[in-house]
Amino acid sequence: MSGATSDYTIAPDGSFTAPLELFYPYKRTVGPTLSRFLTGLRDQRVEGTRGKDGRVHVPPAEFDPVTGEPMTEWAEVGSQGSVVSWSWQPSPVDGNVLQHPFAWALIRLDGADTALLHGVDAGRSDAMTTGMRVRARWAEERTGSITDIACFEPVTSTAVVARGGS
Amino acid sequence: MRDVAIIASAQMANVSTTTATPVEMLLPVINEALANAGMSRADIGFWCHGSCDYMTGQPFSFVMAVDALGAWPPIIESHVEADGAFALYEAWLKIQAGEAETALVFGNGRSSSGDINRTLSLQLDPYVVAPLWPDDRSIAAIQARACLEAGVVTSRQMAAVAVRNHRNAQSNPNALRSGSYSVEGLLDAEVVADPLRALDCPAHADGVTAVILASADTARRLSTRPAWIRGIDHRIDTQNLGNRSMTTLPSAIVAAHKAGVGNDKVDVAELHAPFTHQELLLTAALGLTDATNINPSGGALCANPMMSAGLARLAEAASRIINGTADRAVGHASSGPWMQQNLVCVLEGE
Repeated sequence: MSGATSDYTIAPDGSFTAPLELFYPYKRTVGPTLSRFLTGLRDQRVEGTRGKDGRVHVPPAEFDPVTGEPMTEWAEVGSQGSVVSWSWQPSPVDGNVLQHPFAWALIRLDGADTALLHGVDAGRSDAMTTGMRVRARWAEERTGSITDIACFEPVTSTAVVARGGS
Repeated sequence: MRDVAIIASAQMANVSTTTATPVEMLLPVINEALANAGMSRADIGFWCHGSCDYMTGQPFSFVMAVDALGAWPPIIESHVEADGAFALYEAWLKIQAGEAETALVFGNGRSSSGDINRTLSLQLDPYVVAPLWPDDRSIAAIQARACLEAGVVTSRQMAAVAVRNHRNAQSNPNALRSGSYSVEGLLDAEVVADPLRALDCPAHADGVTAVILASADTARRLSTRPAWIRGIDHRIDTQNLGNRSMTTLPSAIVAAHKAGVGNDKVDVAELHAPFTHQELLLTAALGLTDATNINPSGGALCANPMMSAGLARLAEAASRIINGTADRAVGHASSGPWMQQNLVCVLEGE
């Protein structure tokens, strides 16, 4: 948490006034499992970990949530998937992946057995349905972060036209 | 196992915002709980506190709260970075271990210190979810849609939960939101986080709850009708949202079983389910029926003070044993997205 700033004033009576910006500026190392996942995103590749039961977890789980065993086997999955459930964000806040109204969705990528949370740039809430197909829109500058996927977008013919065939 | 009971409690009347410091919020509530039990500070063997630095916006903020207890002569105290209900569990263990005969447990939160929907983003997975800043309401709405589309709940049932809680809250002076609504009226209200309507979502509040625990001899000496803790358990589900059931609450089912909820009738249940669909999921997980009076206080829907609302549910359940209107009650506390953690406490009178 930091209140560090040079943007302060000292009044004639000696009282000190400074803005207090509250956040925890910690940097963390992410460990071998998330490191591989996030590095994959930088390279436009989505990978998950496979449990003893064969289920592929995306995002990857470090330990099997049922057995507690380390998960060390990897599987690459698609960058397209299906919406498992969703909600509509009419008023995006700072830090959201889109700054115009969008959907929050759990997305099960092709080849994965668990779902990933991300934003879907659907334009309007009535364009969203459970089960709809979406694909990752990659960020132009990727740094090894979940936001290397800029957002997801509907897989429709109009979406292809809208992207100008890029 | 030692017999341990809740013998008294007190709550701050919930407000939507306050300029009071945590100590200013805590002091009158702690004094009132002590007075309700007929005790003084010197009678308390163990103090246990639930709060969250993210709510105060200050690291180690709980240390300041000790000013509300009085740290001289030295006291034995502890803190959990969680709802006060989880501090109650620690205090219960302390008494079980024979290291204390009495405990004062308290939880406080000033949700209004920031945008609570946004602050709660920080309880999500810090690497693959929190960087997207999904707000609490949107996360709950994803679960609600899954429940609706699976047919586990209906919009009408959700509205009925809101109607009942807001009606009950009219007789709870500590509730923040209350009113007389109809199911049809609520179903006509606009959707604020599709598919959730405003009264499906909790009234975030600033509040404090304090509860006093005592071992058998002390409880019988100080209370004519203690609320005996007959079972208490808490469990957690994975933090990976995409690998969790959205339509069941596995950790609540286990906690309810371990606490023995189903061993006998339940007269009253106070459930810490912030959203209406979550109360329906929780009622099913605990195996409660229409025979149980659910949330006579109005529940967390009508006042959801962070880090205090769960302990408030235990206090509300216990108060109905203590005042003789119930013989067997369940108090429940939750934490995290989609009620990731669940604590279940079974209370009985004699």
